[in-house]
Amino acid sequence: MDIVFLTFILVLSIFLGFELISKVPATLHTPLMSGANAISGITLAGAFAAAGAESLGTATILGTAAVTFATINVVGGYLVTDRMLAMFRSKREANGGQS
Amino acid sequence: MNIDLIANLAYVISAILFVFGLKMLGSPATARRGNLLSSVGMLIAVVAGLTDGGIISFQWIAIGMVTGAIIGALAARLVAMTSMPEMVALFNGSGGAASLLVGWSTLYDGQIATFTAVTVLLAILIGGVTLTGSLIAWGKLSETINSAALVFSGQRIFNSLLLAALIGSGVMLSLDPAVDSVWLYAVIGLSLLLGVMAVIPIGGADMPVVISLLNSYSGLAACAAGFAINNNILIVAGSLVGASGIILTNIMCKAMNRSLTNVLFSGFGAVKQAAAVEGEVKPITAEDAYYVLEAATNVCFVPGYGMAVAQAQHVVKELGELLEGNGCEVSFAIHPVAGRMPGHMNVLLAEADVPYEQLVEMDDINPRIENVDVAIVIGANDVVNPAAREDEGSPIYGMPIINVDKARTVFVLKRSMASGFSGVDNPLFFGENTRMLFGDAKESISAVISEFG
Repeated sequence: MDIVFLTFILVLSIFLGFELISKVPATLHTPLMSGANAISGITLAGAFAAAGAESLGTATILGTAAVTFATINVVGGYLVTDRMLAMFRSKREANGGQS
Repeated sequence: MNIDLIANLAYVISAILFVFGLKMLGSPATARRGNLLSSVGMLIAVVAGLTDGGIISFQWIAIGMVTGAIIGALAARLVAMTSMPEMVALFNGSGGAASLLVGWSTLYDGQIATFTAVTVLLAILIGGVTLTGSLIAWGKLSETINSAALVFSGQRIFNSLLLAALIGSGVMLSLDPAVDSVWLYAVIGLSLLLGVMAVIPIGGADMPVVISLLNSYSGLAACAAGFAINNNILIVAGSLVGASGIILTNIMCKAMNRSLTNVLFSGFGAVKQAAAVEGEVKPITAEDAYYVLEAATNVCFVPGYGMAVAQAQHVVKELGELLEGNGCEVSFAIHPVAGRMPGHMNVLLAEADVPYEQLVEMDDINPRIENVDVAIVIGANDVVNPAAREDEGSPIYGMPIINVDKARTVFVLKRSMASGFSGVDNPLFFGENTRMLFGDAKESISAVISEFG
């Protein structure tokens, strides 16, 4: 894959990101941040190659550490976001579907 | 079809899921499903990543993933809602660490092109800054280290030298990317140091900006790592996160009427020529507060970081319900930078089961603040400081505030008369219509509640 192609992807994704998040109510700032933070753990998908060597060399140690940190980021990030979002309730839901 | 093609097609699907997930996180009704969607996208990306041809043994991958999953799940389960900013900072830091390590390990692939070497360099740099920056932010948020802005003489010169050394080592490393290069260790060390230096001069009250900026960095680090290892999904997902972090950062800066440069490079409270405030504070007892509240028909709570510290969100909600039962209109006015991360107060009030319809934003409450009988300020200070509106010499002059001083009566719950985080005096406390309810916020409110009983 050449550099131009990757740069294309980069530029378009950044614009897409700006468009996606432009109008978010303040209530959701924290979940949005921690949800996005979980996505940044995507490094995990790229850490496997380094951690998957047969013998335990320096590269494998680095890779394994990367896998560990990225998994913490991913698992922790999604769970904590879900835990927060579960608390956000509208008045209707809080009253058990009435009113 | 070969396995590589299938993996890349799977990445397209996860990219789509990330986009929809983020989109749905923008509305309260769909947010939870959005997060779920994005986690499915992550699962697909991870499975696709596991098909990588370079993997020979799964032993270490499994060990890393199991360890990480256990730590992450426990942390997410056990953390108290009031410590959420610290938690987010730590997750951010571990994302940064992962990108740094991936960049570093790429160097072991043998001979690499100069372009790849530059992206490796960026992954190490941004990842390193994210890691130590987040750790310092965590320390400041949890008060493990002093949360005030740390400024020393020669700081600018030191930082400039640090930056120059970093660029120099970076150039040397790019020219000769080798794993045993002394420049590699220099770049790693200097990047980590840069993260520390970048966050220590920023005070606790500016943390919402720092947290969202670090969030953006962690995305950009993943993006750089994606370039280093030629992986599309890292680039797409990383830049989505980077962009969303920048937008949040911008919202936070606007809410303080300061530029990003101003937040990052001038320690809050560095200039103090504000007019000293003189006057008499008028304390009030819980009993008298009760009589006023009992007669009120419109009450507005204005929470701040102090509510988080006192863990007062549940009693606040209880008082709100009592007032509602008394025929009073209750709202919660939330300043965009109240607390220590974007939306901090919203999370705490949601934990206490306050319906989000009752949460109003600064721009909605200010036009009708004159109709509020009692504004109850709980542990907020700078975000309700009228000096931001009136005193041109004040360091926070120009910052939009919630104009509680224009309400008919203001109750300020406060531990003591110490000044707020920015070290700025608050004329609100001496206002004609202000009554101070001294003591721990949780105890004070409980005392008022017991009067209702």
